[in-house]
Order: sequence, then C-alpha cells, then structure tokens
Amino acid sequence: MLRRLTDAPGPFLTVFIDGVATRVRHGDSVAAAMLASGHSVCRTTAVSGTPRGPYCLMGVCFDCLVTVDGAANRQGCMVQVWEGMRIESQRGKREIGP
Amino acid sequence: MNAARELHDRYDVGVVGAGPAGLAAATLCGRAGLSCVLLDEQPNPGGQIYRAVTNSPFGQDTVLGRDYWRGQTLVSAAIDSGAHYVANAIVWGLLRPDEIAVSVVGGSRQIRAARIILATGAIERPFPIKGWTLPGVMTAGAAQILLKSSAVVPMGRTVLAGCGPLLWLIAWQYLNAGVWIDAILDTTPVANWSRALRQAPAFAASPYMAKGLRLIVAVRRAVRVVPGVVEIAAEGNERIEAVSYRTARGRSERLPADLLLLHQGVVPSVNLAISANVAHRWSDKQLCWVPCVDSYGSTALPHIAIAGDGAGIMGAEAADARGRLAAIAAILALKPKYPLATEERAARRFLHKYQRGRAFLDHLYQPSPNFRRPRGDILVCRCEEVTAQQILDTVALGCPGPNQMKAFLRCGMGPCQGRLCGLTVTELMAEARGLSCADIGYYRLRPPVKPITLAEIASLPTNEAAVKAVARE
Repeated sequence: MLRRLTDAPGPFLTVFIDGVATRVRHGDSVAAAMLASGHSVCRTTAVSGTPRGPYCLMGVCFDCLVTVDGAANRQGCMVQVWEGMRIESQRGKREIGP
Repeated sequence: MNAARELHDRYDVGVVGAGPAGLAAATLCGRAGLSCVLLDEQPNPGGQIYRAVTNSPFGQDTVLGRDYWRGQTLVSAAIDSGAHYVANAIVWGLLRPDEIAVSVVGGSRQIRAARIILATGAIERPFPIKGWTLPGVMTAGAAQILLKSSAVVPMGRTVLAGCGPLLWLIAWQYLNAGVWIDAILDTTPVANWSRALRQAPAFAASPYMAKGLRLIVAVRRAVRVVPGVVEIAAEGNERIEAVSYRTARGRSERLPADLLLLHQGVVPSVNLAISANVAHRWSDKQLCWVPCVDSYGSTALPHIAIAGDGAGIMGAEAADARGRLAAIAAILALKPKYPLATEERAARRFLHKYQRGRAFLDHLYQPSPNFRRPRGDILVCRCEEVTAQQILDTVALGCPGPNQMKAFLRCGMGPCQGRLCGLTVTELMAEARGLSCADIGYYRLRPPVKPITLAEIASLPTNEAAVKAVARE
C-alpha cells in the first residue's frame, strides 16, 4: 500500500479510475496515480486470470497494462495522466476490434 | 497528430536514452555543431537515476540526497547545446545500420543518423521468488521512481529485501521522508565478503565509500536488518499479505506485509543493441550480458556505440564520462580536426575516479544463486507464466538453449520480450546442462523491441523501393 506525502505540491487534476473520480497529481504516470489512490491491481493476466499490479514502473515489465480512454494494453507507467482521463483496469486479454 | 513528423529525416548523431550517458553525449555533439537528436522514452529527461529532476515534487531538500540534483546540470547542458531532445520517443529498432525506427505518441518514423549512440541504461535484475507477481510486490527501483516523480511512499507494513546499493539508498530516502520500514531482509551472501575485501583498498579511495557508509549506518540505526537471508516468499491471494523468509542459520519468520520491495542489482538493458546485432559477451563478475565495446564505447559495427550502464554497470557518474567518450569518437569520425584532446583527458580522469572500487561492489553484491536460479513452481517468465521446473523439463527433452525452449513454452515471448526472464533462463539452462552461460547464449532478439501497433507499421512513410517490394503488378 502506498500514499502521497501530504506536502506534495500540485497542480492536481481529476481522472476516473474504473469510473470513480480521483484526484491525482499533474505529472503522475497512470500507474503512479492508481497506486497513490489505493489501486494495487491494474489487470488480470491473459494466461491464468490472476491479478497483477505495477512491478517495475519504468516500462520494462508490462504488468501495469490498463485501458486508457478506451485504448487497451497501454503501459500505465509510460502514460502521464491528463484531466478527465478514463482509466480502466483490464480483465484478461484485450479484445480486438468491435 | 503525429509528433514523429517533427523529426528531421537525417541527423549527424542519434542518441537513444536521456540518462546521464545520453545527456552527456548529446551535449558534446551539440556543442561541436553536429545535428544531434536525443530520443528518450520517458516524458522528462534524466533517465531513471535523475528521474523527474526537472519537475520534482521535492524542493532541493534532504529527502532525495544531494547527488540527485546533479542531474539538473546535465539536463540543462544538453538542452543548451542545441541537441534536439524528443520526449516520449520509443526507439523500437535499428533496422539498417544508420536507421532508427522510433515511435512518438503513437506515430512511427524511420530516421537516419550517421552515428548512433545507445545510452539505454540499466534495468533491475530479475528477482524470481515465490509470489513475486503478487500485487504489492515491486522493485526498489519502482519505489524510487514513485518517490522521485510523484512523492508517493509506502503506507502500512513495508519490507525491503535483497542486496545492492540501491536498497540502502531507498531506505535512507524513506527515513528522510519519515516513512516507516518494518524490516530489511539482507540477501548479501556472507561468503561474498572475503572476495570483496580483497578489493577494499581500491574501494577505500572511491567517492562511493563515504556515501555508502553514511547511508548504511543511518539505516541500520533506524531499521531492523536481518542478515544472511537465503529464502524469501511473498504470500497472499489477491495481493501480498505476508513475507516469509529463512536465514542461512536456519531461522524462519513470517512478517505480515502490505508492500515488499525487491532488489538485487541492475544489469545492462541490452534488447535494442542485441537486436541490432551488436556482439555481447557474458560477464562472470556482473552475471549478465554486456556488449563488446572499446574504450570509447564503439562496437564492431561502424555506426553504433554504446555508452553508460548499457555497456556494463558502473554507475551514474561513470555513465556521464562514458557518454562523453562515445560522443568524442562520433565527433572525430565526422569532424576529424575538431579539438577534443582536453575534453578526452578530462572524461578519462573522471571515469577513472568513479571506476575505482567498482570491483568491491561487484563482488560484495553479487546476488546469491538461490535468488538467480529458482526451483519448482516459482514463476520465471511473468508474461507467459512459465515455472522454473517447466524450463528444466525442456532441457530433459533435449532443448539446447533458450531459443529452442521458448518454442515449447512461449517463455520470453510475452510483451516484456525476455527482459524479466532472460537472465534466469540462461543461468538455469547453463546449470542444468553443465555448460557456461556464454555457451548457452540468450534469446534471439528482433525488432520491434517494444510492442507497437500494426497500424503504426502500416502507416510508416514509404519510399518507392518499399512500395515495389510489396505491390502487385
């Protein structure tokens, strides 16, 4: 479990994590924003369906894959938050096409 | 929008990675009047060591330590040099010797560069233990990135485990930030001390010694440190609930935990260089693949040099010097009369200073075989969920190395492209077959070395030859 140091300066903005409005810091990666607000699980795996959370936070492990504004398989640690971003945790494999 | 379009078609020098080596290299090339592009996959320059140094949530206080802020000087020098810095630029292949394939915010481009300097840095060594895929288990490097870029710190019961300077540094930074640590499980093999101490005189002259001692003393005063740990398991269902461990003396304990931070050193990030056919050798001292380079970082391929920790682990300060040396070779190749003798002497002096005593750290923090060659149902490949036993079974089937094994198990074929299983697989198969790691070899890596969409490849700008290659008459 993680938290943000209380004196961390802003600016802050609002994103929606699995539909819930959440205050995050400008400059946060999606993965950092999720961890700082108590979301330790980003996805379930394509192979066995077990839960995973961010592991390396530097673009190496691909465990923080999430859906960002409808685009699946985004590396949460490599995308910075923007105002109004919709972040959804991923269940299993991404679906291809409509 | 296609940010990749803003790139030029050609540069004199292309530098990949904006950590200390890449920043220093780009600075010299820019100052020498060469057109230089500095491509970095992160949103801000600095690499992992100086991560977020230009937009830190911290003032220049004592939380991160003084050395961190040196990164600001490196970044401003690179920006002021006239080098073209491009953020969020993911280099996914060196398709021809002078061609860099790069994806910027979802759009790809191929650009040409007469010289290419790879400064792709290091990644953390895999730490395969039972339960290392549970949410709530992360690397110490990940924890440090959260601290540096977002001021996010542990809450609840926190355990650090492993060995290496970074483990002590993050613990010290947490103490500065007022964060509680329940325990540090020290996996440094006791036997390492005797070999390391032979290198102690050189280390005593290293600038790292005073800093290291200061950190370790401060941390030991405040945190419970368990030495001689030989087995660690993370336990839990949906997320980590406890860490259990055993020491060499046979003592076991189960610690309730909300967060486990693992670290056993860093290794060169080799995927891009290997995919470009740069020859690599196995380092018995650092237990990883390192590219074959000369004292300028030049490889056997005339256009490609490698600088910084990507050419073998030496740390941030040495990376700066190695970036400068690679730049000097590039500048001299393009502008043979450009005066660089003074610059080169300074870079070599600086490198010598920070190289001193490295052997001590290499010996002392060489991770234990227990944590490099897991057994049984411990996952080796996180992406495809392949266990140590499954890999050993393919050796029994007659697989000679990683490339035959992966055809059976898909191990190494997931999105991380072997970054978190490759070293473990090489070591496991070498041991099982009674061969050296050099004999067993590594995965055959090919571009794209980072996943990109088919749409990106399909929309690459084409030339006449490319159209002819696929068009039906």
